[in-house]
Amino acid sequence: MSTLEIKNLQVAVDTEEGLKQILRGVDLTINSGETHAIMGPNGSGKSTLAYSIAGHPKYNITGGSVTLDGQDVLAMSVDERARAGLFLAMQYPVEVPGVSVSNFLRTSVTAIRGEAPKVRSWVGEVKEAMAALSMDPAFAERNVNEGFSGGEKKRHEILQMELLKPKIAILDETDSGLDVDALRVVSEGVNRIKENSDLGVMLITHYTRILRYIKPDFVHVFSAGRIVEAGGPELANKLEENGYAEYVTA
Amino acid sequence: MSTLTTNYLTPTGREEAWRFTPLKRLKGLHETQTDIADRISLTAGALPHGVTVTHVATGEQSPISATDDVVVQRVRAIAHVVTLVTIAADSVIDAPITLMRTPSGSPEASRTVIRAGNHSKATVVVENVGSGTLAEEIEIILEPGAQLKFITLQEWANDAVHLGKHHAIIGRDASFTSVVITVGGSLVRLLPTVEYSGPGASAELFGLYFAGSGQYLEHRIHVDHNVGQSKSRVNYKGALSGDGAHTVWIGDVFIRAAAEGTDTYELNRNLLLSDGARADSVPNLEIETGEIVGAGHASTTGRFDDEQLFYLESRGIPATEAKRLVIRGFFLEILSKIGIEAIEERIMNRIDGELASVVIA
Ligand SMILES: Nc1ncnc2c1ncn2[C@@H]1O[C@H](COP(=O)(O)OP(=O)(O)O)[C@@H](O)[C@H]1O
Ligand SMILES: [Mg+2]
Repeated sequence: MSTLEIKNLQVAVDTEEGLKQILRGVDLTINSGETHAIMGPNGSGKSTLAYSIAGHPKYNITGGSVTLDGQDVLAMSVDERARAGLFLAMQYPVEVPGVSVSNFLRTSVTAIRGEAPKVRSWVGEVKEAMAALSMDPAFAERNVNEGFSGGEKKRHEILQMELLKPKIAILDETDSGLDVDALRVVSEGVNRIKENSDLGVMLITHYTRILRYIKPDFVHVFSAGRIVEAGGPELANKLEENGYAEYVTA
Repeated sequence: MSTLTTNYLTPTGREEAWRFTPLKRLKGLHETQTDIADRISLTAGALPHGVTVTHVATGEQSPISATDDVVVQRVRAIAHVVTLVTIAADSVIDAPITLMRTPSGSPEASRTVIRAGNHSKATVVVENVGSGTLAEEIEIILEPGAQLKFITLQEWANDAVHLGKHHAIIGRDASFTSVVITVGGSLVRLLPTVEYSGPGASAELFGLYFAGSGQYLEHRIHVDHNVGQSKSRVNYKGALSGDGAHTVWIGDVFIRAAAEGTDTYELNRNLLLSDGARADSVPNLEIETGEIVGAGHASTTGRFDDEQLFYLESRGIPATEAKRLVIRGFFLEILSKIGIEAIEERIMNRIDGELASVVIA
């Protein structure tokens, strides 16, 4: 049982006009096994929240705290956060030229598990995980995210989540830019991982459609750098009907 | 045509071609008063069928190309014997033809001519190791239809000085691939140059260099599109780390009035791994005809991409290892052009070693 606890988190970014405050006090607690949907309009700060938890150097923490099972996440380096059990499936996964998917996966799994996986079981493990996400085995020989379609990038993120077995995963708009088939494959992947583990999920999304596949336990409406309303799955239905208008003008 | 000048002048550093080079560190290779030995320092390994390596008097193998480089002019004046590598026409040779350089340590000059016969296909590897002080010229002739891959490995010890010109003359429908790897030496200044002697000819020039603290590595590419329907691709990648690491890349591409149908693109990318390192990159394209297929160039010099490092680190990979992965990935595109696994691995290990000895900023 793990708990990610975000308290009064405040984050700013450097701009030409000086520091610009993006997150204005975010409070959120995610326990193992729970799925929290974070829904908000573009520019409300959802990715800022995700990146800040993962430790992207661009974001300045100006207040608040983030802990995982009581440990100070904000004091950890980026790689330490991942080894502590946090995972971020990125909205825009990054190309790494000349580094093959297989080399990348093996290197990160070795880092997270603290030892290199046994060659034979590893090959099988990767094959199986890729097959479950309907990924061509030849994919492993391509360079990380280089020339990947939108759907391939997101499958590759979920593949990593499957292999790295985090305690808490943040999925930042994993549904954006996916056609229905890809959305289904990716959602099934997330659900399978949830069934087979105690994963806690922060599911960041702009649209309600992924919530037809991945059922949230809690829904939080995000606007102007804060959670402005929280509720159960029924809140998503309300958003589907009314959109974000009432929160944006508020 | 050959121009043997004997009253060459010592460069002063004000010449365009020498403006970056720290002349004081050349161990006198450019100065007339320096004693330079005429020594045959290249030895061939086991030769595959269809290849001969002989040594002939300069008179029997006069220079084929024009040069205004004073060091090359000195080499031509000093070297009395030329190493001649001949690949027989129509022979297809899979195994690489390896030429090992065993330098004496004192200044020496070396001239080599490689002739790839009609429709031959081969790979020639020149390996430079040790503490050489070398002035060299290699001329390469590709007869019509020949395919030659020419790999030079500057795996020098870190006190070596190497000035060289590698000039290829590419015949009709022939294709020349050069891979220049420079990972050693105190000072290396290479002139990989090509011209064409028939239409349909193509040149691919790849390079990889890594300069550590105090190393000066200069590559001056010159592509002369002097006949029509010729193609060139240039791609050099370098990384620099440590105080006083300095690299210079010059990419001169000329498209003459007669060279209609030319297709050329040149690229140089540099990765600065620490403060105190300097990469100069000067692409230069001169076009005398508009009737071309394409001509372009790009040059970038930058530091690590923070987004790449963040992505790798967010998967638990420690920062130093993430950087190593990115550098390996950066070089792989060039390294893989060698196509000889043992060499690719050896070069990568040397770069890894250099990286381990510096703090990557
Ligand atoms: N480097 C930056 N400079 C200026 N503004 C930025 C920078 N990075 C992000 N922002 C701003 O922060 C806000 C939140 O962005 P983001 O977290 O990406 O939102 P979301 O993911 O909800 O669409 C946006 O208004 C965006 O313009
Ligand atoms: Mg976003």
